[in-house]
Amino acid sequence: MDPVISLSIGGLVAVGVYMFLAHDLPRVLIGFVLFGSAVNLTIFASGRLGATLPPFVAPGADALAAGTSNPLPQALILTAIVIGFGLTVFALMLVVRANREFSSVDAADLNAAETPIDTAKSPIPPPAPLAKKAA
Amino acid sequence: MFSPVWFILIGTAATLAATRIPRAVVAPFGAASALALFAMALGYVGTIGDGGAITAPFWSVPSLGIAGGLRVDGLSLVFLLLIAGIGALIFIYAHAYLAGDPRLRRLVVVLILFMTAMVGAVTADDIVVLFVFWELTSLASFFLVGYDHENPAARRAALQALLVTGAGGLALLGGLIPIALAAETTSLSGILAAREAVLAHPAAIPAMLLVIAGCFAKSAQVPLHFWLPNAMAAPTPVSAYLHSATMVKLGVYLLARFNPLYQDEALWQSILAGFGIATAATGMAMAFRETDLKRVLAQTTVAALGTLVMLIGIAPDLSIAAAVTFLIVHAFYKAALFMVAGIVDHETGLRDASALRGLARAMPLTALAATLAAFSMSGLPPFVGFVAKELIYEAKLDLGPGSVALLGLGFFVNAATVAIAAIMSYRLFFGAPTPTPNKPHDPPAAMLVGPIILAVLGLIAGLLPALLGGAFVEPAAAAILGRPIAVPLKLWHGFNTVLLLSAATIVVGVALYLAWGRLVPRFKALRVVDRFAPAAAYERGLAALIALAETCTRNIQHGSLRGYLRTMFLVLAVATLATLILRGGAAWPAANDLTDPRLLLFAAMLIGAAATAMARTAIAAVLALGLVGFSIALIFLTFGAPDVAFTQFSVETLMVAILAAALLRLPLRRTDTRTAREKLGDAGVALIAGIAVALVLASVLATPFDPRLSLWFGENSAAAANGRNVVNVILVDFRALDTLGEITVLAIAAFAVAALLRKGAAK
Repeated sequence: MDPVISLSIGGLVAVGVYMFLAHDLPRVLIGFVLFGSAVNLTIFASGRLGATLPPFVAPGADALAAGTSNPLPQALILTAIVIGFGLTVFALMLVVRANREFSSVDAADLNAAETPIDTAKSPIPPPAPLAKKAA
Repeated sequence: MFSPVWFILIGTAATLAATRIPRAVVAPFGAASALALFAMALGYVGTIGDGGAITAPFWSVPSLGIAGGLRVDGLSLVFLLLIAGIGALIFIYAHAYLAGDPRLRRLVVVLILFMTAMVGAVTADDIVVLFVFWELTSLASFFLVGYDHENPAARRAALQALLVTGAGGLALLGGLIPIALAAETTSLSGILAAREAVLAHPAAIPAMLLVIAGCFAKSAQVPLHFWLPNAMAAPTPVSAYLHSATMVKLGVYLLARFNPLYQDEALWQSILAGFGIATAATGMAMAFRETDLKRVLAQTTVAALGTLVMLIGIAPDLSIAAAVTFLIVHAFYKAALFMVAGIVDHETGLRDASALRGLARAMPLTALAATLAAFSMSGLPPFVGFVAKELIYEAKLDLGPGSVALLGLGFFVNAATVAIAAIMSYRLFFGAPTPTPNKPHDPPAAMLVGPIILAVLGLIAGLLPALLGGAFVEPAAAAILGRPIAVPLKLWHGFNTVLLLSAATIVVGVALYLAWGRLVPRFKALRVVDRFAPAAAYERGLAALIALAETCTRNIQHGSLRGYLRTMFLVLAVATLATLILRGGAAWPAANDLTDPRLLLFAAMLIGAAATAMARTAIAAVLALGLVGFSIALIFLTFGAPDVAFTQFSVETLMVAILAAALLRLPLRRTDTRTAREKLGDAGVALIAGIAVALVLASVLATPFDPRLSLWFGENSAAAANGRNVVNVILVDFRALDTLGEITVLAIAAFAVAALLRKGAAK
């Protein structure tokens, strides 16, 4: 089972990275979500898989019984899922806002803060003007 | 007698005070502080003349092994008196020279700072203290050369001086560290005492070479000499002070300081003698390519520095005595002549030697100072320059037949010095007057005091050589040699070879002077010299450095998001894979339970991911993403993580809703806009990243699990926190602060989203 799970998660990472590298930001965002999910699964799997029982301490018992799943990665992932959700929504709203301001969702068009260098014109690039197209 | 610490304390206090006192008296204040230092240094003459030294603790840092002491011996004393004495005259001179200049205060403040740094450097008995002051003089020089900061040439000259002497400073540091390690102390006298240990260190020779390189950069030795003539962009008081009498001699000072350590090393002797005489000859030859008074003087300064280095390099005691005498003599006449050049520039508006003649009638006192200084420079009796020149010839003759090259080149250098001295006096001030932009007249007294005092000192020292020798030259030479020495300085040595050489020098010098008008245009026409000069190498090096920086910026900071991400993923993946494989950590887990139905959920997840990548519309992409999310939620559920599963379910539902709402407003292009080539490259990067994660995870799963942390939570959840759902207990009890942080992050994200969506914001 372990080799299959490793390869599946690797596959999810590959699709995520592939989408991440796209030109248009919605695809980049989807890549980001996929990549984040793959990372969560990696943490989950590295705590060892196999058990089906949730990590509850049985009534009357003092400690977790053997055969229950590992609680530690689950606690970590719970936090990660929620934070990832917040980050995704924030990034999504940035894209929406950028589209409203620049009428483009192509990362290459959003370069007001960092103009690509054209050394043919001058040896040291002048500070880029913060020109904005009307929405 | 004052402790040497007072020099640094008074200098620092004066620097700070000069930023506050009224501008009209700031230069006289500088002169007063220099005079105070001078008087304090004079108080040492008796003790040091008797062969003593004054030491004081200064800034020891025992935890870093820094001894941090100060020590004044004969060598330090000569420098102290020159720095403070000439400094006082320079401040007086600057008061008139820059009268009315709004930047006078800045000049004076930096000059006092420089003076303090010089005083610190020559009194330091600790290489760390010495190095800090050494670098401080370079920094002060940068600001002083770039005084006229609106002039691009001045800025370039300042930068050049800083880069060359700064690079030299780094070399010096690189040399001082192994020396200190070998001697097991940072104390200079400690290092000189631990001579055997320093010389036995495996890095002794490279360390010595680095120290020499640092000193050569500071003291403008070939091939690092080119910055000094360019530093003439500084105002004349600065040129007269830093670039003739004091700072440029700091390299000579340190070579002299380390001489007891290395004086018996053949390499030390040959490098110093060789580079020294080469610098002397180069400087003098280059002096014949200049007509600008200050640049002519700067080239002769290069030559003089070369002579000093050469004298330290050749072994006999006499040469060390000659070096100290020449150091003092040169400071006198060169500072005086620089100030004269400044006066001529100031009063006539010209400083071109070929265009100026016959100024003596209009400015007789200036002519007097220039003539006296030029006599000393030419080495005519009874001036002290004669004493120094005789000593130099005598020292070279002492070397025996091997010194023919030194003697020959030295003869040429001395003859050329005579010619330049004649230019600076006879040619400028006598003959038929030439028209000048301003009507020339003698300058205010403040500008005449300096050159006249220094020129007259040259005469007095020449008439009383025994006084100079006993009080200053002998103690300084003893410090350079590391043992006492008797130097009977005499004006008259009788009729001998040396006198014959002196006479021949004068004759050849006069001949060179007569040919000067014809020689200079020819020397200037030698363009090939410019092309292959070290200065050209500096320009090429600087251009190459900027080009390298541009290339790096273009390739690393190119402004393309895709490019950044590709680089990041690739570097991360390759570094991870390389580490894993090279360090032997790669492993593969056993393949059992392949019929487990839960594996189908992974298949569903991958199908969803593939569908997302291939989706042509926004809604399809979101739906496919939903499939991935719900598959993962089911994976969590079936692998014993119901809490995570429920969170994933709710977040996924929300995410799909929000994404659908937002993406419907965004133009998701029907097809990916990447070219086929780009797609192939991206797929390659993605594949490597996927392989890296898969291999890392597989290797982790193939190793035994360390359950201690999980067991601890399992055992303490009910017992310590009274909770039976271990995951919940971790989140809200054991790691409650993390959860609080998480909530805070979410709240901030919500605020940010609200701000982003605010209607009409940030227009």
